Amino acid sequence: MTRPGVLLGAVAYDAKVVTIWQGFRAWLSRHGLDFDFVLYSHYERQVEALLAGRLDVAWNSPLAWIRASRLASVAGTTVAAVAMRDTDRDLTSVILARADSDVHALADLDGRPVAVGAVDSPQATLIPLDHLAAAGIVVRPRRFDVGVGLHGDHVGGEREAARALMAGEVDAACMIDANRLAFVKEGVLPPDGTTIVAQTAAYDHCNLTATAPDSAGVSLLAELLLTMSYADPEVRHLLDLEGLTTWLPGRTIGYTALDSAVDRYRFYARDGRITVADYQP
Amino acid sequence: MTGDPPVAGTVDLGPLSFADGAHLLIQRELGRVRPGDRVAVTGRDPALGVDVRAWCRGQGHGLEWPDGRDGVVAVVRRGTADTDRWSGAERAGRPEPSDLVARPPSRWGLGARGALLEAGGPKASFDLDDRDLVWAAIAPRLYAQAAARQWNPATAVEWDAAFELTPDVEAAVVQVMTYLVENEQAALVVPARFVGRIHPYFREVVQLLAVQMADEARHMEVFSRRALLRGDRLARSSAGGRASLFTLVSETDFALSSFLLSVLGEGTFVDLLSFLDRHAPDPVTRRICQLAGQDERRHVLFGMAHLENQATADPALRDRLRAAIHRRHDALIDTAGLNQEVLDALVLLAAGSWAPEDIASGSRAVRQLQHAMDEGRQRRLVRLGFGADEAAALSALHTRNFM
Repeated sequence: MTRPGVLLGAVAYDAKVVTIWQGFRAWLSRHGLDFDFVLYSHYERQVEALLAGRLDVAWNSPLAWIRASRLASVAGTTVAAVAMRDTDRDLTSVILARADSDVHALADLDGRPVAVGAVDSPQATLIPLDHLAAAGIVVRPRRFDVGVGLHGDHVGGEREAARALMAGEVDAACMIDANRLAFVKEGVLPPDGTTIVAQTAAYDHCNLTATAPDSAGVSLLAELLLTMSYADPEVRHLLDLEGLTTWLPGRTIGYTALDSAVDRYRFYARDGRITVADYQP
Repeated sequence: MTGDPPVAGTVDLGPLSFADGAHLLIQRELGRVRPGDRVAVTGRDPALGVDVRAWCRGQGHGLEWPDGRDGVVAVVRRGTADTDRWSGAERAGRPEPSDLVARPPSRWGLGARGALLEAGGPKASFDLDDRDLVWAAIAPRLYAQAAARQWNPATAVEWDAAFELTPDVEAAVVQVMTYLVENEQAALVVPARFVGRIHPYFREVVQLLAVQMADEARHMEVFSRRALLRGDRLARSSAGGRASLFTLVSETDFALSSFLLSVLGEGTFVDLLSFLDRHAPDPVTRRICQLAGQDERRHVLFGMAHLENQATADPALRDRLRAAIHRRHDALIDTAGLNQEVLDALVLLAAGSWAPEDIASGSRAVRQLQHAMDEGRQRRLVRLGFGADEAAALSALHTRNFM
């Protein structure tokens, strides 16, 4: 009898991705799943491969999830989020100003330069800019295109944005909430040197996207991930590397802000075509 | 009242921010409640709401946002990540050296003896992990003694003490010093090859060997410095002498190495240093031989204790020790195994002059030294369980290079 199988796609945004998925592969295989993975250099090709049927699941960024949904919709099919990390839920982004500046509220940023992450970063570019635009504030974004195609997985763009803020090149900088503290620890931001001008509403981040969530392989994958325990020393270091303490069932309620931003900035068309300018993953 | 179940704890952060360590106070309070229990957080840092959300997410704690009454910024629900992480943890034995396990597992690796080890660490390969092979009860005491008796080469020796030697006697001193430096180099390299192989669980042994290496480093320094005190070059190094020393370095078995180096080699070396203490022609040479001699006696003590321990546990050890002596003898049979210049220098130092009667007396002193060395080796072999006759035969096979 053949074992259920799954071919997963993941984006190699860092060398640790190999360690993580090699480790998960060994563990999943021992638990009865014929699991393998393919690495992509950026999310766009991964999403296209998923929709073309070359992958069973894709470990997708939120932006990749939105594109997958749109491509599926136009093809008359659906995709499902079958699992996500506990740390993928309820993130926020913040807009920081220097503590000694004259920026105290969102309105103070109108017409001013604001540092954002890479063109395709949900957390450091699309969502915060949409937040500003929704409040009627028009800023002059200064983009830091580090790791384009990685949908913001590379922290470099946010770090450069923070540096630009402290160098006085911009009046505000956008980043994911946890990175504000991380940059303080790194010494990029002085501990009392910034104020939080705005915080976005909570949104969700990555998910495991499947085209056939009920297939034997994908069902087993989701089931096994949910049993993966932080108490298990064999996988704990992998969970630490991947940045979670437990896998949770996928949910799709946390992508509305990004969906709106994708439309506002014409990042993707409704049919999933890439329409944003200056985007070359 | 909000209708929620009551919180199990409250932590007031005051003005403290996460950048300045707010998580420590929250963590401390969470440590007092069970997973699933709720802890209310109050505080005045403007970024508190943002940071507590990010921190809880990363730590696997749940978070609730109350209505802001009573100044509560957030309610943290303790997750299980912390307890999960430590659920399979084990102690790396007990800390006392009097209560050692026979064979510490490789997974204890570099964990401190007695520490609580998180499961899932690397399996470190320290192949010298057998208590009977590595340990000696005297190790902690010898280490403490060794650490307390470290001396500073710059101040423990009066380097500018006044003395006058004839050029011949000075040359004899330089020849002996050259030979001593080479021996000390071997004595440093040999334990260095084993320190990295001994399971750190037997930490006092590792510490003792580390100090032993530091001893040898100082000896190398003071013997070199004395050799160059009145001149600018060292003396001769014989191929046979170096061949003899190299057989020590190439021994890969810890017990056999300890036997050849400490019990036979350094044991013999102690007699040589005592001889030099008696016959040194100047105060600097005398002092450095005294200092080195006291260190070397400690090295011999540990070597003996560790082998006596092992000989009791393993009756076959003596066969291996016997074989090691034969093997080394065979390896050196085609070499001079002896630096004739060194022997001649020792005679001159003991003689004190070129007068024929003094040379005769110096020769007698060196013969007595060789006899004392032989007796010392036999005594130590007998303590390790060899019969007197065999001890005499084995001692006779010892390298003519002394070490």
